[in-house]
Amino acid sequence: MLALVSPALLVILMLIVLPVGWLAWQSIYHDGFTLENYRRVFTEDVYWRSFALTFEISLAVTLIALLLGYPLAYLANSLPKGWSILILSLVLLPFWTSVLVRAYAWLALLQRTGVINQFLRYLDLISEPLALVHNTFGTVVATVHILLPFMVLPLYATMQKIPDDLMQAGASLGASPSLTFFRVFLPLSLPGVLAGCTMVFVLCLGFYITPELLGGGRTVMVSMLVSRNVELYNQFGAASAVAVVLLLSVLAIFFIVSRFISLDRVLGQK
Amino acid sequence: MMRASPARIVLFVVSALVLVYLILPVLIIAPISFSSARFLTFPPPSFSLRWYQQYVSNPAWMQATRVTLTVALLTVLIATPLGVAAAYAISQSKLRLMRLIHMTLLLPLVVPIIITAVGIFFVYARVGLVATMPGLVLANVMLGLPYVLISVLAGLQSFDPAQEMVARSLGMNRLRSFFAVTLPQIKSSVVAGGIFAFISAMDETIVALFISGGQYQPLTKRMFTALRDEIDPTIAAISTLMTAASFLLVLLATSRQGKKT
Repeated sequence: MLALVSPALLVILMLIVLPVGWLAWQSIYHDGFTLENYRRVFTEDVYWRSFALTFEISLAVTLIALLLGYPLAYLANSLPKGWSILILSLVLLPFWTSVLVRAYAWLALLQRTGVINQFLRYLDLISEPLALVHNTFGTVVATVHILLPFMVLPLYATMQKIPDDLMQAGASLGASPSLTFFRVFLPLSLPGVLAGCTMVFVLCLGFYITPELLGGGRTVMVSMLVSRNVELYNQFGAASAVAVVLLLSVLAIFFIVSRFISLDRVLGQK
Repeated sequence: MMRASPARIVLFVVSALVLVYLILPVLIIAPISFSSARFLTFPPPSFSLRWYQQYVSNPAWMQATRVTLTVALLTVLIATPLGVAAAYAISQSKLRLMRLIHMTLLLPLVVPIIITAVGIFFVYARVGLVATMPGLVLANVMLGLPYVLISVLAGLQSFDPAQEMVARSLGMNRLRSFFAVTLPQIKSSVVAGGIFAFISAMDETIVALFISGGQYQPLTKRMFTALRDEIDPTIAAISTLMTAASFLLVLLATSRQGKKT
C-alpha cells in the first residue's frame, strides 16, 4: 500500500514540503545563522502595518461573508430540495470561474468609468464618479465575492444535519419562531459557522490576486509583501521570514480550531 | 413552515441580493466581450466579434493558450493515476502512518498559495526549472492532486471492498481485480477528479507568475500582466471562453457523479 501512495507523496514532498522547508531555512540562514529577518518583520513599520492590515481585512471579509452567507444558507436549508439545489448551484457558479476572471469583472464593474458608476450617473444620483476600486473597498468587495462559497457550503452542510423535529418541539412548547431560532437553531449551527469562518479567514490571509489588482498599490497585504521582496527588491531572506510568519499564523489558527471541531469539516470532507 | 412572515420576506430579499452579488460579475463579462467599443461602455453600443478576432490573431495569446492547454492536459494525465493510486492505498490501509500521509497529501489546500509559489520558485531557481514546461506541469500536478484524491476517496467510500475480495478469491490478482471490479465502479469519481485537476491547472495564476516565463507562459500569467497595465476588452473575450470551458467541464463532472448516486 505504501508503494501505491509513494508517487503522489513524492510529488507533494518535492513540490511543497521541500520548498516550504527551504523558505524556513533561508529565513534564518545567510552566511551563518541570523534572526535579522525576523527582527525586521517584527520591528519595522512596513511589515507591522501590512500584517495588521491583512488581519483587519481578513476579519472584515470573514464577518461580511458570514452576514451574507448565513441567510443564504438558511434559506437554502429551509426550501424544498429542488430550490436548495438551484441556490447552491448559483453559489458554486462563481466558484468555478477563475479568480483572475472575477478580479477583471470587478474592475469592469467598479472602476471610474465602470458599469456601476455609469449606472449611478445615468440615474443622476452622483455627479462625480465614486472611487470604488484601487482601494481597500474594492479589495474587500471582490475578496468577499470569491470567498463566499467557502462560507455558504459548510454552513449549509451543518444546517442540513439539524433535525426539523427540534424546531417543532420548540414551537409546540410555546416558543416563538425567533426564540426557537436563537435558542435552538443558531447554537446547533455554530460548528458550521466556525468551519466557514476559519476557511474564509485563512484563505483571505494569503490572498494575492485581488489585493494586487484591485488594491491600487496602497492596500499592501502580506502576500504582496512576499512577492515584492522577491520580485522588486531581491530580499529573499525577508520574503522567506514573512512567508514563515504567515504560514505559522495559518497553522496556529487551524490548530486552535481543531480543538473545537474536526478539521475534516473545515476542509470540506466529512 | 412556509408562512409569509415579515422575517421570511426579509430573508428572501437579502438572499436574492446576495445571489445577484454572486452572479452579476460572472455574467457581466460576456456582454463586454461582444461589444464593439474600445472602452467599457454599458450597455454595449453594438455587437461585434472584434475582441475575439484580436485574441485569435495575436500570436502571443495563441502561444499562451497552447501552453495552458498542454499544461492542463499533462497535469490530468499525471495527477489522475497518482491520485487514484494514493486514494486506493489510503482507503485500504489501516496504518496510522497512512492517516499522516493523507494529511500531507492535502497540504496544497492548507498552505497559502503565495508561500507555495515563492518556495517553488526558489527551489526551481536552484535546479534550473524556472520558465520550463516540466516545471510548470510538475507544480500543477502537485496543486491538482488533492482534488483527485478527495473525489476518488469519496467514490471509494460508497464502494464495498468485499467485491474486490470476491474477485481475488476467484483467482484474480490484486491489479486485475482493481481494474476489473473496483475501477469501473468508481469511474465517475475518477473522471470528476481529473476534470477538477484540469480546471485547477487552467485557472492557476499565482505559481505561474513566479515560475513561468519566456515562451512557456500560460494564459493566466499574460492576462495578469495585461490587467496591471490597462483594461483591454481582449481579456473579456478570453475570460468568457475560459468561463464557458470551466462550466462545460463542471457540468460534465457533476452529471457523471449524479448518474452514479
